[in-house]
Amino acid sequence: MTPRLDLRGIRKSYPGVLANDDISLSVLPGEIHAVLGENGAGKSTLMKIIYGAIPADAGQIYCDGKLLPEHGPAISRELGIEMVYQHFALFDSITVVENIALSMPGRMDLKRLAVRIREISERYGLPIDPDRLVLSLSVGERQRVEIVRCLLRHPRLLILDEPTSVLTPQAVQKLFETLRQLSEEGCSILYISHKLDEVRELCHSATVLRGGKVTGTANPSEASSAELARLMVGDDLPEITVQPTELSHGPLLAVNNLNVRSETATGTSLKAVNLEVYGGEIVGIAGVSGNGQRELAAAISGEKIASAPEDVVLDGRPVGHFDAGRRRDLGLGFVPEERLGRGAVPSYDLSENALLTAHRLGMVRHGMAMRSKARDFASGVIEKFNVKASGPDAKAHGLSGGNLQKFIMGREIELSPRVLLVAQPTWGVDVGAAAYVRQTLIDLSRSGRAVIVISEELEELFEICDRLCVICNGELSSPLSRAQTSAEAVGLLMTGTGGKAAGRGAQTERDRHVV
Amino acid sequence: MLFKIEARAEPSREMAIAAPLIATGLTVVLSSLFFLSLGYNPAMTLYTFFIEPLTTMNGISEWLLKASPLILIACGLSVGFRANVWNIGAEGQLIMGAIAATGVGLFAPWQESPLLLPSMVVAGVLAGGAWAAIPAFLKDRMNTNEILVTLMLTYVAALILSYLVHGPWRDPDGFNFPQTALLPYNGMFEVFDYSYRLNTSIFFTIAVVVITWLFTERSFMGYKMSVGGVAPAAARFAGFNASTSVWIGLLASGAAAGLAGVMEATGPLGQLSPQISPGYGFAAIIVAFIGRLHAFGIVLGGLLLSLLYLGGEAVQMSLGLPSSIALIFQGLLLFFLLASNFLVNFRIRRTDVRTR
Repeated sequence: MTPRLDLRGIRKSYPGVLANDDISLSVLPGEIHAVLGENGAGKSTLMKIIYGAIPADAGQIYCDGKLLPEHGPAISRELGIEMVYQHFALFDSITVVENIALSMPGRMDLKRLAVRIREISERYGLPIDPDRLVLSLSVGERQRVEIVRCLLRHPRLLILDEPTSVLTPQAVQKLFETLRQLSEEGCSILYISHKLDEVRELCHSATVLRGGKVTGTANPSEASSAELARLMVGDDLPEITVQPTELSHGPLLAVNNLNVRSETATGTSLKAVNLEVYGGEIVGIAGVSGNGQRELAAAISGEKIASAPEDVVLDGRPVGHFDAGRRRDLGLGFVPEERLGRGAVPSYDLSENALLTAHRLGMVRHGMAMRSKARDFASGVIEKFNVKASGPDAKAHGLSGGNLQKFIMGREIELSPRVLLVAQPTWGVDVGAAAYVRQTLIDLSRSGRAVIVISEELEELFEICDRLCVICNGELSSPLSRAQTSAEAVGLLMTGTGGKAAGRGAQTERDRHVV
Repeated sequence: MLFKIEARAEPSREMAIAAPLIATGLTVVLSSLFFLSLGYNPAMTLYTFFIEPLTTMNGISEWLLKASPLILIACGLSVGFRANVWNIGAEGQLIMGAIAATGVGLFAPWQESPLLLPSMVVAGVLAGGAWAAIPAFLKDRMNTNEILVTLMLTYVAALILSYLVHGPWRDPDGFNFPQTALLPYNGMFEVFDYSYRLNTSIFFTIAVVVITWLFTERSFMGYKMSVGGVAPAAARFAGFNASTSVWIGLLASGAAAGLAGVMEATGPLGQLSPQISPGYGFAAIIVAFIGRLHAFGIVLGGLLLSLLYLGGEAVQMSLGLPSSIALIFQGLLLFFLLASNFLVNFRIRRTDVRTR
């Protein structure tokens, strides 16, 4: 059988980095082919080359046996190559059908297009209402819009970039059904992921990348996760050890009946959130993205000041009226989900970024910043937390996601917080660094501190947390003990169908959008 | 075909230094062609523009005299600009500073005291700061846009000045000219030499440059304000107070502009008139950006702009170039300077996306 897509010796370099080095892979018609690799392995670059968004420096691309003399997105469309990006390109303030019409060639006929959208979405089990405004859609629904948009063009090769990072376990299964149906109809699929379980469940074959090179190909249903992980990381993953723990007498952090009104139309309001976290434990907060995680993190960290001091109580002391700096003085550490621009200033070097929160460790004298102390501190963090950086003078935006995360987490831990709040600790962090970050969090909690982890990755939460809460539509479920719950139960809470109050909340949220 | 602007990951240090030189080179080439096409000798014109003003002591005195307020105001502005606090109304704060200083100088009961000049300086600084405190208060409390408020207050200040010099403060012996009486001798900065206008107020500018450098580059408050400017979310994350930045940014620039107003009134002019400032408050915005918001860069920027003013006058007087051509030349140089600065930090890339 002629491969649908055949890459030979693809090479692409950026100043200082060889992003793709002699990459060859081929995808048969109807095959679901995984491209596995850590962040920074060169997956995204390769996909952009396949789609024609960027040109390769060397190598050939064959499509159905024919060499492509030149390439570009327009040629991709003619060949039937479509791509669903990780970050959606939809306009919030217009409807689904209008969004899709924008990317369709020819004259705009919204009525006919809406009919076609309904047909396609029913046929592939992607229910979507063409007349809804995009801003009223959940993230999972937005992804469906993107997929339907591709399917309307009858693709012959569909590229999906980390499609499940925004989905609940149930939604992942629905997506997989759709993809299998497409594959049976002869559409080839390139599935980019770093989640081994999913790849093993869905894909027919896998190409593993590391450092821009192909390190191996495997049949994922036969290879074990450990084998695949070794191909991705280069050596065996460190084992995470979780020791039994002893809880503090009172909660170190308490959130009491916290209500926060959303400031924007697309945000989520927090409704009567209650949470108690004891020293010695890790409490996880699960949920589909955009259900109030950001608002909760900002309300606990002090970036958003609560209406009453008692809304947030730190070690017995009401702090709801304090800003982030004063809460940090009282022992609250915070590692935000955006590392560049929030946890660190991108254009500043690491010693300047040390000053951002660690200035309280005697780095300011008579109002002057003590640069040498900041440098020493940054060097200490780099060494202690295995940050791969050229030194304290490295710019924050020059570090990889994982290394910057280690630096920021190290900086916050060095402040000896009593309570540490971490949002999306391993987003965009490579497998090796992620294991390190998780182990650090466990060790911190076992030394008697309280740790709160907000994450969209259920696997991660189940791996490290002692208790789990689920946030859905701004409401927080009561905590579940990890030992006594399952991914399915949490998944149901995430969609708002598992709890009593949560279901009603989802309804009112929708009504609000319709009005 | 589409273009997009991208921030460079690692702006090159060499290019950062070379950029002003490249800009100057381009200006010389392009303006030479321009002068040629108009029938002027380019070498002669450029000489008159750049070199001739600095060949006499008087020229150098005038050069520094004009550069001093520009540098002073730009230093103040840079404190706010770094924190994204956009004070566009330094001109108004300068006018209020000049009004307050002249008011004290003319009407204070301690006319003979050696403290007259210091009290005028204090009054001017306070008045400039107070004029900038209005937008600071409005922004802090009601989140108004400081660009609009500072700009509009400039016109209010100009009208107050106009009222005073046409009305109550008009010199009774001044042949009905709209200007105040001359300030008393001890209410003026001393000149270095009676042949030239340069006076001791330039020491204030030198001090302010050093203080600005210490504040922006070395102090923790300056660091906090810079973080608020380049990464507001990081400032919120760290718990740095945004309204402190607004207040410091506006008060510092207002006080500096007020001091510049004092220096104008008590230096070369010696009285208050509607022409108290030839637009120093606005030109200082350009100076601040030519200097990349860095205290020492601002010194260079101020000296350059001041030279452009003098050169512009020189070519009009000795070569008979129309004033509009001098302005075009100034515009060319500023354009190339700011564009090359921009290209050090950003690149323009052609995107390969073809749309159908």
